[in-house]
Amino acid sequence: MRLVQLTLWLILMLPQSVFANSQYNLPVGVTDISENVYNLHMIIFLICCVIGVIVFGVMFWSIYHHRKSKGATAAQFHESTKIEILWTAIPFVILIVMAIPATKTLIAMEDTTKADLTIKITGSQWKWHYQYLEHDIEFYSVLSTPREQINNSEDKSDTYLLDVDKPLVLPKDKKVRFLMTSDDVIHSWWVPEFAVKKDANPGFINEAWTRVNEVGVYRGQCAELCGKDHGFMPVVVEVKEVADFDAWLVESKQQKVAAAAEEAASANIAMSKEELMTLGEQVYMTHCAACHQPNGAGLPGVFPALKNSPIALGDINAHIDIVVNGKPATAMQGYAKMLNLKELASVVTYERNAWENNTGDLVQPSDIQQANGEAK
Amino acid sequence: MSAHAEHNSHHHAPSGFKRWLFTTNHKDIGSLYLIFSLIMFLIGGAMAMVIRAELFQPGLQFVDPHFFNQMTTVHGLIMVFGAVMPAFVGLANWMVPMMIGAPDMALPRMNNWSFWILPFAFSILIASLFMEGGGPDFGWTFYAPLSTTYSNDNTALFVFAVHIMGISSIMGAINVVVTIVNMRAPGMTWMKLPLFVWTWLITAFLLIAVMPVLAGAVTMVLTDKYFGTDFFNAAGGGDPVMFQHIFWFFGHPEVYIMILPAFGIISTIIPTFARKPLFGYASMVYATASIALLSFIVWAHHMFTTGMPLAGELFFMYSTMLISVPTGVKVFNWVATMWRGSMTFEIPMMFSIAFIVLFTLGGFSGLMLAITPVDFQYHDTYFVVAHFHYVLVTGAVFSIMAGVYYWLPKWTGNMYHIGLAKAHFWLSLISVNILFFPMHFVGLAGMPRRIPDYALQFADFNAIISIGGFAFGLSQLLFVVVVIKCARKGDKVDDKVWEGAKGLEWEVASPAPYHTFEQPPVVK
Repeated sequence: MRLVQLTLWLILMLPQSVFANSQYNLPVGVTDISENVYNLHMIIFLICCVIGVIVFGVMFWSIYHHRKSKGATAAQFHESTKIEILWTAIPFVILIVMAIPATKTLIAMEDTTKADLTIKITGSQWKWHYQYLEHDIEFYSVLSTPREQINNSEDKSDTYLLDVDKPLVLPKDKKVRFLMTSDDVIHSWWVPEFAVKKDANPGFINEAWTRVNEVGVYRGQCAELCGKDHGFMPVVVEVKEVADFDAWLVESKQQKVAAAAEEAASANIAMSKEELMTLGEQVYMTHCAACHQPNGAGLPGVFPALKNSPIALGDINAHIDIVVNGKPATAMQGYAKMLNLKELASVVTYERNAWENNTGDLVQPSDIQQANGEAK
Repeated sequence: MSAHAEHNSHHHAPSGFKRWLFTTNHKDIGSLYLIFSLIMFLIGGAMAMVIRAELFQPGLQFVDPHFFNQMTTVHGLIMVFGAVMPAFVGLANWMVPMMIGAPDMALPRMNNWSFWILPFAFSILIASLFMEGGGPDFGWTFYAPLSTTYSNDNTALFVFAVHIMGISSIMGAINVVVTIVNMRAPGMTWMKLPLFVWTWLITAFLLIAVMPVLAGAVTMVLTDKYFGTDFFNAAGGGDPVMFQHIFWFFGHPEVYIMILPAFGIISTIIPTFARKPLFGYASMVYATASIALLSFIVWAHHMFTTGMPLAGELFFMYSTMLISVPTGVKVFNWVATMWRGSMTFEIPMMFSIAFIVLFTLGGFSGLMLAITPVDFQYHDTYFVVAHFHYVLVTGAVFSIMAGVYYWLPKWTGNMYHIGLAKAHFWLSLISVNILFFPMHFVGLAGMPRRIPDYALQFADFNAIISIGGFAFGLSQLLFVVVVIKCARKGDKVDDKVWEGAKGLEWEVASPAPYHTFEQPPVVK
């Protein structure tokens, strides 16, 4: 008995004492729904524990006492209609007890009506795009953990793999409706603290909602295998007080106007090769290196190489076209929406001159604009 | 009876390699299936070791994410189609004719073929890993459009391999059904069938029902990718979610294909070592049949997050919860069989008891996963990985090991090395829990499945999981040693190896002669 007690104690206490930094249960979360879900989880877990203790208790009692070495002789009974009906009926009742609160919570989760704010979330390999439908604000959100941390050449930060360049910003205490879709494969948008997980299916729109009760930064990940960098597609949500959120909206709109002005101006400037290559490398590493690899060699049979490739060495306009508009029915997406003229010009320049491609070609923002105009 | 059979073992079949290639003998084919599945178990296990090595620490150390995805995919395919299913078919080949008093399987040539196409299927699958672009990397569930528009050019090899596996399974299943329906010995009425035979009969019907669905799914993937159809391509009017409906309509019954024969094995072993008849034989049969029927109406519980209407979510939640009733009945029956028995704890019994406890644990997490609102949190996390490894490893695989330890002396005529087998059991039992139990924790804490790298809060548990994984993997080498040693030599066993064993298989000689029951026995 001492041994059993000790083992039980170890099993129960070990996680708390050794893994003080590790979480080992569902988060209670920061929404009413997530709290309901947590409670439901704990109720069902405890019911399972009770059933387990009873069934295994009986079994181990029997194993201990009804053994041949203790001189037990086998009884020969092999059925009892009464008891069989009983142990079919009791689980049935337990299931009904479980089903009632589950149904209530589910109905609440699926009620996406009367939202204060609607955000369209579009997944693509391996980034999220957020669009505030009522506010004309949209942006991409990409992993910002440095490659050096992933390759173990730098110490990992506390939010390793759970950092993005631009988080989704939400107001506190407002019902936010999410519309989810995808540009390529199926992704799944998940924030554990909200108890929201919904697939983003290409060609279809799914709905979900949340109302967050606490200000803070909440992190999640893509939950549906979506290709090579599925593990590198975090979700970060920053929840602000309503006033702060409104200020953020104003600021974002101003930034948008400024960016548009800069975009227009950039068409007239000539960048030096150095500028183009520096910015180009930066853009390449963030947006292109996942598939085409940092050394431009690609992954043979999966993602084409850019080093010595006919596109990077061939016609400039064809090269610009594929970067700007993508290649339909492949993993190559169009970057016109994601990058500005300077960034596009830089990355094309970089691809034409890095890794001994050495074409010497310089692509300026105006070239991109021109090529874009012709395409239209 | 046994003397007569022994005399016949001087058969005039070819020897050497040809004996195995051309054999139509159910025992030879059973052995081939079992050896094949053991090899696949080790290969699939080696892939799991690659996965666990990469996940031992955060950061990318050994493999790139593209190869990591191939490992998770091929590990799953090999374990499901190469290890667990062929092992059960092997046990069926060996035991079903001997249990029902038949001389062989009903369709021996088809039996030969259904085995010998398997090595080709898996050679194709494994070979694709070494080709430019690599093997399948879209998960064993191969969701479209990741497996169609966005997959590599070797996808056709995956499709072809799965087709061959499916053909093999269907042929094996037809063989089992025909054998059981037509070749039972006189007096072997339906309600006298050993439970292993019953569960396999029901499993065979499930196989015949759903393997063609899988074939349809892979064919649509093939034509979508190579011939311009748009079954799953939204841009062409198709629907990627339809793929999941088709896949899981196959996939859920498939789960029971891998566990129903396990129920049969456990229901055979527990009464032997409790020295007491199985409690509730009839209810076991009905419970198995109801699990099989229910398995056709629960498939979308794998898809709660795909955006189903509320009514659909409620239906699939309720129907899934319902499955726990017949499953519970089975567990209660096993416990009632032990109750007031006269138990001894030989190796097969130890594996069976471990099965009951750990499979039930997997059943509990299955019930939790059925609750739709909570499933939104569990879905596609390590909690799911923990769940299905508990039912498949400590469930299906443990039952296969229990079965092998139970019947191996009958097959070889030798008792295996008990000390080594005990070591194998205890090492497996402890390491498998170190391997899979903490997966519940990381899953609940929010770690998605199928990722090659993870955030720092998952690091401690992942290190432990990996250590458990290596230990479990290495422990299985002991199993190989035990089996090989036993096949070569060991203490001779009686015809009835276990004191409490019941059934026709114990009435033939040990080792079981090449031909058994050429004259049907009469069952009282």
